[in-house]
Amino acid sequence: MTTLDNIRQTSEGAQEMRSRSELRPQELMREIGAVLRMSEAEVAALGNVPSDPEEDQTMIINMGPQHPSTHGVLRLMLELQGETVLRCKPVIGYLHTGMEKTGEALTFLQGGTNVTRMDYLSPLNNELVFSMAVEKLLGIDGDIPERAVWMRMLLSEMNRISSHLLFLATNGMDLGAVSMMLYGWREREEVLRFFQKVTGLRMNHNFIRPGGLAADLPAGWRDDVRAILDMLPGRLEEYDILMTDQPIWRERLQGVGVITADEALALGTSGPILRSTGVAWDLRRDQPYLRYEDVEFDVIVGTYGDAFDRYAIRLNEIRESMRIVRQILDRMPQGDYRVQNKKVTPPPRARIDESMEALIHHFKIFTEGFKVPEGEVYVSIESPRGEIGCYIVSDGGPKPVRMHVRAPSFVNIQALPHMMRGGLVADAVAVISSIDPVLGEVDR
Amino acid sequence: MSVVRNVLDDGLGGLDHNIVTGRIEDLVKWARSRSSWGATFGLACCAIEMMGTGGPHYDIARFGMEVFRASPRQADIMIVAGRVSQKMAPVLRQVYDQMMEPKWVISMGVCASSGGMFNNYAIIQGVDQIVPVDVYAPGCPPTPETLIHAIETLHQKIEDGELMRRRAASGAGANIHITEIPSEPAPVRMSGTRS
Amino acid sequence: MSDVADEVAQPLMHGCPIADSRGQVVLHAGRDAYIGVLKKLIDDGFTMCSDLTAVDYLTHAGRVLPEGIAPERFEVVVNLTSITTRDRIRIRVQVPESDPVMPTAFNLWPGTEAMEREVFDMFGISFEGHPDLTRILMPEDWEGHPLRKDYEIGHIPVQFKGSHS
Repeated sequence: MTTLDNIRQTSEGAQEMRSRSELRPQELMREIGAVLRMSEAEVAALGNVPSDPEEDQTMIINMGPQHPSTHGVLRLMLELQGETVLRCKPVIGYLHTGMEKTGEALTFLQGGTNVTRMDYLSPLNNELVFSMAVEKLLGIDGDIPERAVWMRMLLSEMNRISSHLLFLATNGMDLGAVSMMLYGWREREEVLRFFQKVTGLRMNHNFIRPGGLAADLPAGWRDDVRAILDMLPGRLEEYDILMTDQPIWRERLQGVGVITADEALALGTSGPILRSTGVAWDLRRDQPYLRYEDVEFDVIVGTYGDAFDRYAIRLNEIRESMRIVRQILDRMPQGDYRVQNKKVTPPPRARIDESMEALIHHFKIFTEGFKVPEGEVYVSIESPRGEIGCYIVSDGGPKPVRMHVRAPSFVNIQALPHMMRGGLVADAVAVISSIDPVLGEVDR
Repeated sequence: MSVVRNVLDDGLGGLDHNIVTGRIEDLVKWARSRSSWGATFGLACCAIEMMGTGGPHYDIARFGMEVFRASPRQADIMIVAGRVSQKMAPVLRQVYDQMMEPKWVISMGVCASSGGMFNNYAIIQGVDQIVPVDVYAPGCPPTPETLIHAIETLHQKIEDGELMRRRAASGAGANIHITEIPSEPAPVRMSGTRS
Repeated sequence: MSDVADEVAQPLMHGCPIADSRGQVVLHAGRDAYIGVLKKLIDDGFTMCSDLTAVDYLTHAGRVLPEGIAPERFEVVVNLTSITTRDRIRIRVQVPESDPVMPTAFNLWPGTEAMEREVFDMFGISFEGHPDLTRILMPEDWEGHPLRKDYEIGHIPVQFKGSHS
């Protein structure tokens, strides 16, 4: 097969951006501005572009799917006039893994291994929302022991810290502050080492399971968490000096990728993008889950809806997460790390040698899977990227009929064309980076 | 031999002569293995561990590999890190084709090696269906230590020359077969010249 | 909000039967009433569309539905959120297999554009009025709709004695 054949194969056909002369006004409406921004008359006028190619001074270039900006396999088609971006069309699907189809073939206990690989930067949050949905279907969501709930909160907030640290690292590197990449990873390694001690893995832990968690916290975990909490504030101060107050950083981020609150709501964005426009919507505060109504923390909100606001929100969310973790350190209750419901959680390994019943329960749970009563439920939590939701439909069997994850990055990417319009090509990288997409959950 | 003994004792000051001889082939293989640049092909979770390997804690810069060239023309090793979907497969092949010989491929993670836990319609069951792979690194994701071990295995194989020996027979992965043009005993007449 | 909490034999909201699913409010709308109901819910304060997805009930035909709703093969499920009252509501619409077409919600929320494209790609349900109904996750020339129940998961047999494939 010649190289030429391969090049022809990489065309995505109708999914790609077509030149302006080929477009109907309705598609222009989608690509340039949605209902809020332009009236029908304006859009129709745009559609009547003369088809004379001499007049068409714009060029369509392709960015990705393999490009050095570390956000994964996102392909952007940009229509440029000189350096200005007129239209932008993201083409996704390069990481489509069929996870929702795989989810229908796995039992509810195995589902965590599948879901955790969607947003691979905050895997514990994926597992948490899946487990919460399964527990709601089972009807045991009120029976989860206190210690398990507080442990889940601890892990979720530590995951938020590690995810935002990675955002700082990649955002810095995308904008040229390459040393920020090394600093961010240095801090992230500490958190990953804590995860390895607790869950056994650095990533994709499959630790939060329906009914509780897979194991208890190891001895000495308080010292580990305290070491991380003591180290981080000083480092965050360094980042403030390196980036926040720096004129180059501000020039590159302020006023770039501006989105208004109405547009953000209409596009369905959530998380730091929505909060940067001034809408104070954080699911931990507004629809509390776990024990977030018992801990004190602030919701960071921006004003201008630009990339600098999103950067500052995430930087300060690390500080808020540290505040929450400090409170969890003081208030972690004693107790069980999982609900003692023999039909749902497997018995401890030691009991299998002693009790036939335990052996049978273990066998049934791990081979056939526990049965979940019929019904459908949608549960959502606040992941570092926005609202992640899990919609599960069960027919009373051990495997779901439908397992759908509402991925925040999938919806947030729709805001890209609006943010990029009118900006420069160099700002395109800044905008993608400020949305902080994870293509694993975009494509699932 | 005496040259070597002096170097071990006194470093370069202990050299009697300032000429060290060796085979060009060894020198080339040594240089290739110590300074290979990776092509960024991070796809999914394994890409995060690959970036972690490049980070300060695990640091593959000490093995010469910290420079990840985005342009395949400038890269030697393509580390396929992550699951390859149906849409991505032709892109992968295209990037591989654009790399210059000699090139090597490390398949990082179980998804790249065999499809991993995703045995379904959407994922290519192993990138060796598309590109020839030299080293497979298992793990989901492989920890940075595993990736470093895979890279060092590849470096050792480059230095031993084993890979180039095998490649020459099969056309070097890119299916390039060079037929040597025998030299002409008599000068070649250019067309259009006066006879 | 109109007659939601009344003790009527068939509780209705905006003319559509309402059900309770594990404490969550579910509205069963007909295909024709779908857009009208969405508009009324926006007026009620549900300004944020969290999720739009679909389910294939081919293998689970015996599910519980309120009276007056005939089960079809597909269901389109929309989850809305109200930022002011912090409430959620779910709308389920039955879509027949013989005529898998739905009106688009793009004019109400531009953010449903990608979600409807995904439903089209994965289930084959078309959305009338959608500006760009093309595949989004699968390659352009892919045949079939992967998340349908009659579409095989496509796994290759594994050469391992303990495996059941």
